[in-house]
Amino acid sequence: MEKYISHTGIAVPLRRSNVDTDQIIPAVYLKRITRTGFEDGLFAAWRRDPEFVLNQPAYTAGSVLVAGPDFGTGSSREHAVWALQNYGFKVVIGSRFGDIFRGNSGKAGLLIATVDQDVVEKLWEFLEASPGVELTVDLPSRTITAGEQRFGFQIDDYTANRLLQGLDDIGSTLHHADEIAAFEAKRPGFKPTTLPMRVAD
Amino acid sequence: MGKTLSEKLWDDHVVRAGAGEPDLLYIDLHLCHEVTSPQAFEGLRIADRQLRRPDLTLATEDHNTPTINIDRPIADPVSRTQVETLRRNVAEFGVPIHSLGDRDQGIVHAIGPQLGLTQPGMTIVCGDSHTSTHGAFGALAFGIGTSEVEHVLATQTLQQARPKTMAVNINGDLPADVTAKDVVLALIAKVGTGGGQGYMAEYRGTTIEKMSMEGRMTICNMSIEWGAKAGMIAPDQTTFDYLLGRPHAPQGAEWDAAMAYWQTLHTDADAVFDVEVDIDAASLTPVVTWGTNPGQGVGLGESVPDPAEMTDEVARAAAERALEYMALTAGTPMREIKVDTVFLGSCTNGRIEDLRLAAGIIKGRKVADGVRLLVVPASARIRQQAMAEGLDQIFLDAGAEWREAGCSMCLGMNPDQLAPGERSASTSNRNFEGRQGKGGRTHLVSPAVAAATAITGHLSAPSDL
Repeated sequence: MEKYISHTGIAVPLRRSNVDTDQIIPAVYLKRITRTGFEDGLFAAWRRDPEFVLNQPAYTAGSVLVAGPDFGTGSSREHAVWALQNYGFKVVIGSRFGDIFRGNSGKAGLLIATVDQDVVEKLWEFLEASPGVELTVDLPSRTITAGEQRFGFQIDDYTANRLLQGLDDIGSTLHHADEIAAFEAKRPGFKPTTLPMRVAD
Repeated sequence: MGKTLSEKLWDDHVVRAGAGEPDLLYIDLHLCHEVTSPQAFEGLRIADRQLRRPDLTLATEDHNTPTINIDRPIADPVSRTQVETLRRNVAEFGVPIHSLGDRDQGIVHAIGPQLGLTQPGMTIVCGDSHTSTHGAFGALAFGIGTSEVEHVLATQTLQQARPKTMAVNINGDLPADVTAKDVVLALIAKVGTGGGQGYMAEYRGTTIEKMSMEGRMTICNMSIEWGAKAGMIAPDQTTFDYLLGRPHAPQGAEWDAAMAYWQTLHTDADAVFDVEVDIDAASLTPVVTWGTNPGQGVGLGESVPDPAEMTDEVARAAAERALEYMALTAGTPMREIKVDTVFLGSCTNGRIEDLRLAAGIIKGRKVADGVRLLVVPASARIRQQAMAEGLDQIFLDAGAEWREAGCSMCLGMNPDQLAPGERSASTSNRNFEGRQGKGGRTHLVSPAVAAATAITGHLSAPSDL
């Protein structure tokens, strides 16, 4: 995973609540077997609308998304994170996120910066007053800089440290392979296995 | 102090717990399908890692598969590649699979229970948010993303921060025409799509105790739709009766040992939940959605709400957008909303009990002119059982389409989609914009309302017929 320390980029105000992962990328775009190439599916339905925020020239090169509450609810598809990253987003700022989306983002290296909804409102006003303006989102200090204004954001310590170091979860878990094996050895014998396969008749 | 069910399940699976880091949880069963696994298998290959426990892993094909002509190659080459990639991956890593055409193929959340692989006291994950379905058996079950799928393949564990606990107390007898689906839609309308974020929920109370396993699965299935990490129900005699004799259920002395453990899986009398929510089931009516998230629901006898009357600014803006997308006018009685398509199926409501309920309502009647009724059993085994009971003929005689098993129009990833502007009554779980096809408009309903709606052509309850 790529490290995240600090990022400065054009921020995009997405004034909608409950943007579920079907909106972020519809199911018909999920058929690829790679982790790349999903940018075409990002907000696919809305991008047909010339008024949609990402279609406005000032925001097209955006890399910081300022979203409404309950962003990333619904389907577990990590393709939603990849679509945002493939498009060029490094950070999503918002007040509430779907749990699975938040987890997927942490694993894939997309920073989820949680703030109160009134901070989201202030950021939206700031961005809409000068479309195309940049925000700086700094992870070590957990701050968002918007012109003269600075806001703190929340992230859990564990995810923050992993992002700062670009750590691979699987590698760190495999350091504990002995503990996994010891746990396995004590599992009750009645727990099912999928092999050999059994069928009803 | 005692423990809640979810705390017992969690504690029984902690491999290691370190200060300042998430718990490492052991995973008892990992279900895989074609859409969220290819990048995970590729990740193993790139890092030259082994799949730790193929014998705790099971694959099937469901999301992307056609529901007609399944004996022919999949027409869409991109879909075909994805399914073929799954088959190659499981062959390489030694994972058992129920492929399209196999008698045990079907939606992951239908086949785990019917094979008896879903049991009380297990941790169950899948790269699918409706994995919470398995919580109906007293399991800790939740959906994960592809990075986590890879983590489970490689380590049979997951790093997870411990969620808080919530009780959803559901009491009272369900009135006529009211089903498990209406209970969960009413709950989501009450608490909102984010109401459960950060919680493991336990559904309990007299309504749940009297409910069948199918009904319990419907309720647990939609836990993610109100944001809960997992939803579960303590196992009881109904659970044990369902499991006994299933292919992967324990047998003989192992059944007895399992039962001794399973009977400890309930919330202790002195345990305390972080939060409790109450639902009075006896006061419910059928619930239908009017908007574009599952929390935007009302009683079937009510009208499309007026955003102007909503005090919360975010809710009002969302309602305005939803009514525009749904092409609905505030104040319209829900019963006057006409539909083009009725979809009966999905991991929420595609089980045998749902098909029986709908067939009982449809028997001897005809689907309304201009309405398409699509019946898609959740699994091939359910389909076979329905045919043995003659349900397929009831649907066909009424003018419905009787399809092969899969996710189908729930997410419109295969050719089963709504056309732009088309309106459906759907027994599935999500009424998101475009979920069932670009520009499609979805009303979430119970199987009973779906069946009655198919007959009248507008949103209806069986008692309207």
